[in-house]
Amino acid sequence: MAGQPQREPKRPGTADPPMVRIALIAIALVFLALFLFIPVIAVFAEALQKGIGAYFAAIADPEARAAIRLTLMTAAIAVPLNVTFGIAASWAIARFDFPGKQTLLTLIDIPFSVSPVISGMLFVLLLGARTPLGGFLADHGIRVIFAEPGIVLATIFVTFPLAARELIPIMQAVGSEEEEAAIVLGAGGWQMFFRVTLPNVKWGLLYGLVLCNARAMGEFGAVSVVSGHIRGHTNTMPLYVEILYNDYQFAAAFAVSSLLTMLAIATLIAKRFLGRRVVPAKQEQDDLAIKVAA
Amino acid sequence: MSIELRNISKKFGDFVAVDKINLHIETGELVALLGLSGSGKTTLLRIIAGLETPDTGEVLFHGEDASGVAVRERKVGFVFQHYALFRHMTVFENVAFGLRVITRRARPAEAEIARRVHELLKLVQLDFLADRYPSQLSGGQRQRVALARTLAVEPKVLLLDEPFGALDAKVRQELRRWLRRLHDEIKITSVFVTHDQEEALELANRIVVMNQGHIEQIGSAEEVYHHPANAFVYNFLGNVNLFHGRIENGRVFLGDTAVELENTHAHAHPETGKAILYVRPHLLEIVMKPNGKQTFPATVKSINPAGPQVKVELVAEWGDMVQVEIDHERYQALHLEPGANVFLRPKEQKLFVYSI
Repeated sequence: MAGQPQREPKRPGTADPPMVRIALIAIALVFLALFLFIPVIAVFAEALQKGIGAYFAAIADPEARAAIRLTLMTAAIAVPLNVTFGIAASWAIARFDFPGKQTLLTLIDIPFSVSPVISGMLFVLLLGARTPLGGFLADHGIRVIFAEPGIVLATIFVTFPLAARELIPIMQAVGSEEEEAAIVLGAGGWQMFFRVTLPNVKWGLLYGLVLCNARAMGEFGAVSVVSGHIRGHTNTMPLYVEILYNDYQFAAAFAVSSLLTMLAIATLIAKRFLGRRVVPAKQEQDDLAIKVAA
Repeated sequence: MSIELRNISKKFGDFVAVDKINLHIETGELVALLGLSGSGKTTLLRIIAGLETPDTGEVLFHGEDASGVAVRERKVGFVFQHYALFRHMTVFENVAFGLRVITRRARPAEAEIARRVHELLKLVQLDFLADRYPSQLSGGQRQRVALARTLAVEPKVLLLDEPFGALDAKVRQELRRWLRRLHDEIKITSVFVTHDQEEALELANRIVVMNQGHIEQIGSAEEVYHHPANAFVYNFLGNVNLFHGRIENGRVFLGDTAVELENTHAHAHPETGKAILYVRPHLLEIVMKPNGKQTFPATVKSINPAGPQVKVELVAEWGDMVQVEIDHERYQALHLEPGANVFLRPKEQKLFVYSI
């Protein structure tokens, strides 16, 4: 019809103007570049500045290998223990009402809310050579502080909320009906656990495991306090990186750093892959809940 | 297997879910526990299954106390309201679950398990879905898989918690008939929980009407519908109009109008007291002229002619809303319009009188 006002090309009422969109995306990308991409590239560039030979020599150094070994060992002990604890705690919290449940939920978060350095101090104050408990252990030939057991303990402490925190909401969302169904169908407690409970939280559990592992290998503060920095004995990879750096051995420091960076990248990839699996399971629950509510 | 409940009580905190219930269920019966949410029916069902422990009382299976018997050894089948299918297993594996968890010595061979699973899936007409996952099925299909899974362990008692509650009306009716046929075929002692009176009336041999943790009435569909034990049961089973009035010297007053009613089924009949008159919508007649004291005046509010009966909403002279259902022929003959002043004549009513 003539005289009808010309309109701008239509866009949905909720869409932002193009300029705003471009500006927001640009800000995000610049930020990412400054704080993520450039540092990551810098780590590898620094690590390789003296050539690939020096890079591998730095990693193959006996002290570096000892640090890698200690880090792997610490993770190998801390991660399974925390995953076990995480399953037990989340199951108890999601399934049962018991006095002190809220307190337990709060206590689980303590390692998150306390500075890692203080976590380390806790163990020194508790188990150091001059304390009664530390003295008792020392008399029996067990050194905890400034030795491997202290590092493992500190790592367990700082990582223990990770698996539990990931599992509690999933366990709660899945509910107990399937478990009850398994029991009524004649399954025993362990059969129910391995055939029904565990498969239902499988992806969430792996997700928690990946996060727990990354933190266990990368922990600096708490471990630094209890380690004593004995080269070749009580140095984990992050501590070793610091020592190298303070010794002006930048190429070697960055070479070991690059291993931790690769761990971080692998963790991110695993996290993304697993996260996608965890979310649909939750989504399905929500759909069901909506249907039920309707 | 017969079930006997003796003096069962269960509290959750301060809330009394089940209050001293006694109930006997014969072998092969299909019994409905009917009640509103919060009436304790699901708790009672879970107590029978062993999923809840009663605070007092005992459950007897076939005359034997089952209190110390673990859930997995009770030989009960439990169908959950939201199916509780194992979401990470295929339909086949879901149905096979009960067979796979049997101790190795007693467990049937793999070929035997497969045979039985397919047999059950054929029984529920879902054999073609054996490889699917629960999330790929419709609600009705999921419920049938849940039933097949339960039947796989050959339970002696089948317990169903709102089995059709989460399904739409059409599927619900279909499944209802299907369950009735299944029960006629395999004659397993069954108890199902429902809040849907129509479902209970259509499906059950006997209906247990529950309210606030206790039993209001036990009886066949015929008994509870036509001979309700009390006002609650009458009110709960089917639509009903409720007139608050009073009774003076044997005469019933609604508002200021005295009505003389024929065919009144009165319960407890003091001469004077507060009276509640219950009349089902289809037992009220609309007439254009008053007929002595058997009618009372009302004004038509709205008319809904969709459906097998015409639903007319009226306001009685003293302000109560009244629902009436008349057939289409009568509706045509009356030429009803909203706003019309008419008279209502109860054909049959229940009078429950409470002394003041």
